[in-house]
Amino acid sequence: MIPLEGTGPLGPLLPDHPSEFIVGIVLFFIILGVVWKKVVPTFEALYAARADAIRGGIERAEQAQAEAKAALEQYRAQLSTARDEASRIREDAKNAGAQIQAEMRTAATAESARIVQSGHAQVEAERAAARENLRRDVGGLATTLAEKIVGEALTDDAMSARTIDRFIADLDAAPQQA
Amino acid sequence: MTPLATPFLPLEGNAPPTFGVGSFDSRPLFPSEAWLHGDTAHLAWTDIWVTNHILQAVIATILVIAFWLWVSHKMKIVPGKKQFVGEYLYDMLRNTVARDILGHDYKTYLPYIVSIFSFVLINNLFGQFFLFMFPTFSKIGFAWGLALLTWLLYNGAGIKKWGVLGYVKRMTVPAGVPVALLPLIIPLEILSNFIVRPITLGLRLFANLFAGHLVVLVFVLGGTYLMFVSEPIINKVAGGAAMILAFAIFALELLVAVLQAYIFTVLTAQYVSSAIAEEH
Repeated sequence: MIPLEGTGPLGPLLPDHPSEFIVGIVLFFIILGVVWKKVVPTFEALYAARADAIRGGIERAEQAQAEAKAALEQYRAQLSTARDEASRIREDAKNAGAQIQAEMRTAATAESARIVQSGHAQVEAERAAARENLRRDVGGLATTLAEKIVGEALTDDAMSARTIDRFIADLDAAPQQA
Repeated sequence: MTPLATPFLPLEGNAPPTFGVGSFDSRPLFPSEAWLHGDTAHLAWTDIWVTNHILQAVIATILVIAFWLWVSHKMKIVPGKKQFVGEYLYDMLRNTVARDILGHDYKTYLPYIVSIFSFVLINNLFGQFFLFMFPTFSKIGFAWGLALLTWLLYNGAGIKKWGVLGYVKRMTVPAGVPVALLPLIIPLEILSNFIVRPITLGLRLFANLFAGHLVVLVFVLGGTYLMFVSEPIINKVAGGAAMILAFAIFALELLVAVLQAYIFTVLTAQYVSSAIAEEH
């Protein structure tokens, strides 16, 4: 009734007929062929593409980072240059200020010296003029006085002689005091 | 009782159902007169080559190929749901099984690994699938076929890498074994590496599914008989309990189906790895 029963000495451990053994192998080879030629290459190609995409993304990120770093360096360099320049300008300004101050001081000193000089000269001239005037006046006064003395006391020879001597002596002493 | 109905209609008459090797017999899809009359000497070729179990193996093949072509169709760098499922399975086989066990040569053997796992898995799941309710690999011919292929694969890989003599030497003389022990070790290694491996590989797959299916038959058919045919009330209660327990058995068989497919694949990779390993 059931013709394909496993009736050999090994019972169910041997197939009823080689058909299932052969069919199993053939079917497996069909699957293997499709998986080998089609499925695995498709998956592996996808994984390679994905790895590439990820690696490309990392490279792009690294590039962007490098660019940002370069820009930062550039800004730093510029900032440092600007700082140097500002400091240089400040230094220049300080120097220029000091120079101007020195020049003005020199000019002022010269001016004051000149003013003092001219003051001295003026005072000297005035004094010289005053002395001239005085000498002339004193000569006149002396003459007048002499006339008065002579007119009054010419009689007393001895006394008038003494008066004249004294007067002349005073005159000699006077210019030395002035 | 026609032969067609044999494994599926245990309820005819009042006799208790019988289970055994006969429950696993293939039935031709187009039975000849000779088959119907039990004339084994004059069977038509269709009685042998076009059976229900061969048909379900073919259907499994079509499903496996269709699945892989479907998930690998129009793949994108950023996966969708369909591609995610495909990649999850493929990555499991590629990274966990092939790459971890085989090392840097794994891509050569990846198609074999992927094919054998999916083929065995689908056929095992047929044991729980309502159209078939029969795990294909409980027919030992299929299991022997795949075991033979794996045997050819790992020996072929070893011979290709080391040459015939080099390979045989590597497989029979483990490094660091004292010379005095070699007369003992060499026969053991030959037995282990060339004979026991393929036999256990095929037998393990077959026996797990055969036994599992038998248990399912006992619980479901026996439970049905107890509930609906046998008279004493206690039998009906026991039958009901058996039917409920059958769900637990099905869950267990589902686990066994996946586990055996995985074990077969891992062992295949392991054997190839040991054949091509630099250090034995």
